[in-house]
Amino acid sequence: MNPLVLWFHKLGSPPYFYRFAGRLVPWFWAAALILGAIGLYGGLVLAPKDYQQGDAYRIIFIHVPSAWMSLFIYAFMAVNGFIALVWRIKLSETLAMAAAPVGAAFTFVCLATGAIWGKPMWGTWWTWDARLTSELVLLFLYLGVIGLYHAIEDRRQAARAAAFLALIGIVNLPIVHFSVKWWNTLHQGSTVKLFGPSLIDSRMLWPLLVMAIATKFVFAASLLSRARVDLLELESGKEWARAEADAAEGRA
Amino acid sequence: MNEFFSMGGYGGFVWSAYAIFFVALAIDAFAPLVRKKRVLRELRGRSRRERAKTGDMP
Amino acid sequence: MNPTRKRRMTVIGLILAAVGIATALGVVALTQNVTYLYTPVEVLQGKVPADARFRLGGMVKADSIKRATDSLKVEFVTTDGDADMTVEYHGILPDLFREKQSVIATGKMDNGRFVATEVLAKHDETYVPRDVADAMAKAHAKHEVKDAPAPQKQ
Repeated sequence: MNPLVLWFHKLGSPPYFYRFAGRLVPWFWAAALILGAIGLYGGLVLAPKDYQQGDAYRIIFIHVPSAWMSLFIYAFMAVNGFIALVWRIKLSETLAMAAAPVGAAFTFVCLATGAIWGKPMWGTWWTWDARLTSELVLLFLYLGVIGLYHAIEDRRQAARAAAFLALIGIVNLPIVHFSVKWWNTLHQGSTVKLFGPSLIDSRMLWPLLVMAIATKFVFAASLLSRARVDLLELESGKEWARAEADAAEGRA
Repeated sequence: MNEFFSMGGYGGFVWSAYAIFFVALAIDAFAPLVRKKRVLRELRGRSRRERAKTGDMP
Repeated sequence: MNPTRKRRMTVIGLILAAVGIATALGVVALTQNVTYLYTPVEVLQGKVPADARFRLGGMVKADSIKRATDSLKVEFVTTDGDADMTVEYHGILPDLFREKQSVIATGKMDNGRFVATEVLAKHDETYVPRDVADAMAKAHAKHEVKDAPAPQKQ
């Protein structure tokens, strides 16, 4: 077998993943902290004021990366949910369910910081326009997935039911993204574009992109440490989990 | 320095947004650590009880 | 791929396609029937029922802002390029409110004027530092381009 495929199969085994992820988590947190510090220094200190919004625009350095993460994590959760439903891979179920609370946290941050920016700039905390409403629906989808997962007794059945809900909810992602194009909204259109020039000065753009990478690392670290605990709980009858528990006591 | 914290009069808005960001991510980061401690403790408790039942105390 | 997985994949695919189509139809229906705002020309064409509360969207015309000296009353003209509409408002305006800025006012018509109970400023998707904005304004003035929003007064 291809060595990469072989490694992938090995990664799917819970004890191997547990140890592998355990080694990665501290590095991911370190990367998140260092990049976050650089990004925030760039955004809060180095970046100049916006000619219209003054300093209030500095909220975008956390608002926009959080918004991107809310969509990115949902897509990650749905893809893992799909794999879990078709191939019944335990690790995919775990990853999908571990991603949900992190995604919900970023969605909440996105909504809250957006409201705080909206009050002085737009003149209101909230309005029921298409972008804000679809992002709120996204938060409820996350909460629905988390709720369904905890409502069913059998862990694996629960994960598959919640994964199914997550998969159905993926139709909301294009709505969130394109809402500012399809409807007249109070929310502005996309500033940073994958194709074509971005509508932002480079001194403001680089801290935004650094923060986007930092939040990716936050997600990766949080996801892996959550997945590790879930696997430990899921495999509590297995020998390796007991061995980990005993080893942890030895370290304490 | 004072100018930095006042954020051109938007200090209250900017810093409360950043506070929400950090508090939310800190809770997100510490929740699995707390849960891991609990799960490991339960696991140790369970293996101790099982050993006691079978009678081979270490 | 074994038959069980193939079957699961087909079932999930079909369900997703069904939900996707239903959502797409819903989105199309909503884009045609739900309007967050009306522009002045739509209001003058009678697209808004009389006495209805609605949102009016447009750009604040240059030199049209009249503030009362003794109260929070403010009057300005919004335009969508085709038609103008005078807006009357009592209250505090958002920080982004200024000439040539898009605004969204909520209220209703009263004798050909729009009486607003809330005025929101719409931000566009550009973020520009002051020095660049000043340079751009200079270049625009040189070439007599008149579409750049007025810079923030500080």
